[in-house]
Amino acid sequence: MSFLSFAWDWLKQPQQWHGPDGIPIRILEQLGYTALSLVIAALIAIPVGILIGHTGRGALFAVNLANAGRAIPTLGLLVLLAVTLGFSPLAWLVPLVLLAIPPILVNAYEGVAGVDPGLKDAARGMGMTPWQQIRKVEVPVAMPLIVLGLRTGAIFVVATATIAAYIGLGGLGRYIIDGLATENYGEVAGGAALVVVLALAVQAFFTGVRRLAVPAGVRQQGRPS
Amino acid sequence: MFPTSRFTVLISGLRRRPWRGTAVGGLAILTSLVLAACGSSGGGSGSGSSSSSSNPLAPTAAKGSVVVGSANFPEDELLAEIYVQALKAKGVKVTPKFNIGAREVYYPQIEKGSISILPEYNGALLTTSVDKNSTAATTSEVNAALKAKLPSTLEILNSSTAQDKDSVTVTQATAKKYNLKSIADLKPVAKKLVIGGPPEFKTRAQGLVGLKKNYGLTFKSFVPLDESGPLTLAALKDGKVQAADVFTTTPQIITDKLVALADPKFNFAAQNVTPLVYKKAATPTVVSTLNRVSAALTTNALLQMDKAIIIDHADYSTVAAAFLSAVGMG
Repeated sequence: MSFLSFAWDWLKQPQQWHGPDGIPIRILEQLGYTALSLVIAALIAIPVGILIGHTGRGALFAVNLANAGRAIPTLGLLVLLAVTLGFSPLAWLVPLVLLAIPPILVNAYEGVAGVDPGLKDAARGMGMTPWQQIRKVEVPVAMPLIVLGLRTGAIFVVATATIAAYIGLGGLGRYIIDGLATENYGEVAGGAALVVVLALAVQAFFTGVRRLAVPAGVRQQGRPS
Repeated sequence: MFPTSRFTVLISGLRRRPWRGTAVGGLAILTSLVLAACGSSGGGSGSGSSSSSSNPLAPTAAKGSVVVGSANFPEDELLAEIYVQALKAKGVKVTPKFNIGAREVYYPQIEKGSISILPEYNGALLTTSVDKNSTAATTSEVNAALKAKLPSTLEILNSSTAQDKDSVTVTQATAKKYNLKSIADLKPVAKKLVIGGPPEFKTRAQGLVGLKKNYGLTFKSFVPLDESGPLTLAALKDGKVQAADVFTTTPQIITDKLVALADPKFNFAAQNVTPLVYKKAATPTVVSTLNRVSAALTTNALLQMDKAIIIDHADYSTVAAAFLSAVGMG
């Protein structure tokens, strides 16, 4: 109750919603960090996931490597990179991309590897090339899991992009870090509440994406999502 | 965001300052509590308290010896070591009790006499333990306020000119380019410069607000970083900021070739190294010896010694002995 009222008292002040420090700008910054990190992570993780799912080669290695990546402390890596590389965009991109890769890669791999063997046989039997098998059969069937991976990765990243503020950048973390430093706990609570709302919005967005990206035939099978 | 705040503590812990209590947060408080729990059972030595005999962990201070304490960060330990060696050279029996904790922990101990002497920073002592609402800024204002308000069991001796306080720091290259020596010299160029500091620097009086009020400075923009820690130093080196809040005895001022600009208007309150003593322990020899140390100690000497112990990992007692022999007190 006190958290919500703290947050609400801060959020309802009109001055929070205007200017270069205003909430709309901070939300756009947060979404910008998230989108760029997610696109880069997807460009790496989806092809790799599909490839190892299709061939079955290197699966154990890639999946374990991706999972081990989850143990990397994102904030520690951020500070390390900021101090060693200087303040280049890589300082925040690398940790966030590494955070998003494991769920996307593992889900893409599982989706493709889990395609019904009978379906694969049928595709091969029809004379499809490996590329056609992937494009016309395996990826559409795996689509629910691929989108799930993207959704999980996006929620991780949108919540964790908060830490970019630690190295002097913008985003919603600004409110949390500045609020803690100045003992303005309404600002901290308000910033945290906005991160939660944004994460829920991202989740809703990917539920919509799933509806568009998953072929009707696959959807009807009621596959896990 | 607990992981973040804890991480902040770990980083700033490299150069933790006792007057940073409020911003430093959870871990510091936790440490204080643990140390307080230990500290309160280890009392009674210098003042001849009888409770020490029942406590097997109590420090065994010889009768008639003074206990020199220190806070739990390198610079204060070094200063305490200097006090110990200077007093020993004058034949005073000394029991060292270093690395006690933050001010919240050691202050009650010196107030009741279980520590007799501790190297303090006058401004921080005033605003964290004696008068939280004080607005005293200059060395003399701060010392006058302390003399008026310290509890009757305590007194301060002469302050040294050595100060470990916030500053506006630039690289040597920037200082040369714009011919900067004091914060006041920034007036014509501040609009071109980006300044960095801890997030609270933006809104507090001893930050951008005061720089505007006292020196009429408006900077191009502000980048929130850390408290004179690795991010601030990296941002200065990298050119992401051209000026930053850096503590005046941060060893990287030497290794990264930085210049802490003078602060003639005391935008940042004085933080002179000043001995805080329990009155009953302040014999004439103790007073005259510590006043001689204060007279010899400068910010630059302290900066050089901090570099020796923090960057070069030199031995505290060797560094302290070298300082004392250089000023003729060895």
